[in-house]
Amino acid sequence: MGTSVIARRAGLLATLALCVILLALVPKLPPYYVRVADSILIYIILAVGLNLVVGYAGLLDLGFIAFYAVGAYAYAFLASGQFDIHLPFIVILFIGAAAGAIAGVLLGFPVLKLRGDYLAIVTLSFGEIIRIAINNADELTNGPQGIAGLDRASLFGLPLTSPVHFYWLLLALAIIICASVYYMERSILGKAWRALREDQDVVRGLGINTTTLKLLAFALSAAIGGAGGVIFGSFQRFVSPESFTFQESLLVVLIIIIGGVGNIVGVIAGAIVLVVLPEVLHFAAQYRLLIYGIVLVTVIVLRPGGLVSPRFNLSFIIRKVRNLWLSPSKT
Amino acid sequence: MFDYFLQQLIFALAIGAIYGLIALGYTMVYGVMRLINFAHGEFFMLGPYVYTFVFSGLVGLGGLAPMLDSALAIVASFVIIGLLGVTIERFAYRPLRAYGRLAPMLSALGMSIVLQSAVRVTVGPQPVHFPAIVASEPIAALGGMVTTMQLGILAAAILLMVGLTLFVNGTRLGIWIRAASESWTTSSLLGIRVNRAVSLVFFIGPGLGAMAGIMYASYYGIMQPTMGSVIGLKAFTAAILGGIGSIPGAMLGGFLLGAIEVFGTAFLPILSGGLIGTEYRDVFAFAVLILVLLFKPAGLLGETISEETTVAKKDY
Repeated sequence: MGTSVIARRAGLLATLALCVILLALVPKLPPYYVRVADSILIYIILAVGLNLVVGYAGLLDLGFIAFYAVGAYAYAFLASGQFDIHLPFIVILFIGAAAGAIAGVLLGFPVLKLRGDYLAIVTLSFGEIIRIAINNADELTNGPQGIAGLDRASLFGLPLTSPVHFYWLLLALAIIICASVYYMERSILGKAWRALREDQDVVRGLGINTTTLKLLAFALSAAIGGAGGVIFGSFQRFVSPESFTFQESLLVVLIIIIGGVGNIVGVIAGAIVLVVLPEVLHFAAQYRLLIYGIVLVTVIVLRPGGLVSPRFNLSFIIRKVRNLWLSPSKT
Repeated sequence: MFDYFLQQLIFALAIGAIYGLIALGYTMVYGVMRLINFAHGEFFMLGPYVYTFVFSGLVGLGGLAPMLDSALAIVASFVIIGLLGVTIERFAYRPLRAYGRLAPMLSALGMSIVLQSAVRVTVGPQPVHFPAIVASEPIAALGGMVTTMQLGILAAAILLMVGLTLFVNGTRLGIWIRAASESWTTSSLLGIRVNRAVSLVFFIGPGLGAMAGIMYASYYGIMQPTMGSVIGLKAFTAAILGGIGSIPGAMLGGFLLGAIEVFGTAFLPILSGGLIGTEYRDVFAFAVLILVLLFKPAGLLGETISEETTVAKKDY
């Protein structure tokens, strides 16, 4: 028995070490792969944020990309020649998150009494309104041309210029956000959200203010979207309304569904699959989208609950690891 | 001013009728399955393509009288696209029934990508000229100018809407559809073959969408693979505006959205002194939608969702 525990511990350590080494090796890859990794990390951040609303609170938000746009344009306004304001990156990161949260509350406050599909369509409309407004407010946003030449970002004196720099920044942020969301999920707040998802009326009957609860989910997820947008803006150093279409909102929802609703591990898997798939399909040239769509439908039909089983979540993994170390007999 | 108003009114009615026809597909599918069928805009887009394919096939075979060829091609498009809708439901949505409402919705989204890129790959991404089915001649009426095309679209759309209303309210199959929309379990307990009702809805909805697509392409003289996305989204908005699940609501919502868009575009710049230009047309439509929902959360003609229904309790 003793040896098998040691073997399993060694196996676990090896797996962990392998993960760390793989993550550390990504920057050594050619720039194209690092860019793909950056893209995956951005979508992980967005999807984990949206998952608070869709997966935990059970509210379908089809206009999530609007908050991303708010963050990206916050960076464009506050760190470019557009208004000749040049604030440091870290300051804008917080401003972007705050702006996202405010936008979330402003949208959420009037509409959260709507249910189900009506809420979905109103958030969708909100996303479209934001995009069209950005597209047409020429004096402010340059309209469809977008704002180019945004400042090179730097963090605590370290420059953020190459995809490799952003890889580390995004990785750190993704880990922080996943960890925070994981703790939120296990807190009383997370339980209240889950109850809300299952039955709003019971939650209300228990004397919990459902509107505040929904608003909180909306604001937090919008803040994460806003922060993601700031990083996107500083990474691209160019923003235009084209990046914030309805299709982008749908892609983030798709990541959550493909991966597994309400499950951080699932969301990570979903982001990897949906970002890598179009890249892999480059060989198919004009057939790329067709194959992409067919794969998508096939995956959903074959695994309607998502690729990752709901049981295989972060707390399951952590429990496994802890048990193996503290009380090996239980595992 | 009056003739301008009249012209705009006819235009609003024609475009509203098209929105209404598409909205019917959204609302009927939603009624029986509680599914937002994101692929529905693509049936609208496929309409003119299938029509062109069948029409040129008929002409290539020698053809009958030109009008008869058109009529046959129109009927064929309805049937072909209707059957396509039934097939898609069977393979992409039905297996997902037990898995909540998000999975089928996303499957619909995937189908939308498949259909759109299939057309792009086979016919090409560029816009293609679509010959007018009815010659568009201007008629002077009440001091304004309307075209035969606008009147034709309006007449055909109203005919289809009246036909659908009669069908749904007066026939056995129509009763099946209404029963299935009312309650899935109760109607199956009462011996209604709910799956047949669903198939029927997936035949009629896409068929009507295809008709709308042919009208639209005929009106603007052009068709392209992406035309379904924006129009589909707007028609869905119309369905919500009227109260999703309600058939008269979808028609009303369509006409209303047409009116909001056309009059918003025509009069807003004049009224606001050029401050708000025509480019805000879509913002205007969406803003009206949000406002309506804030005061009537179930749309104009939608039934207020009672607190007891499980559908309403569990959002997603």
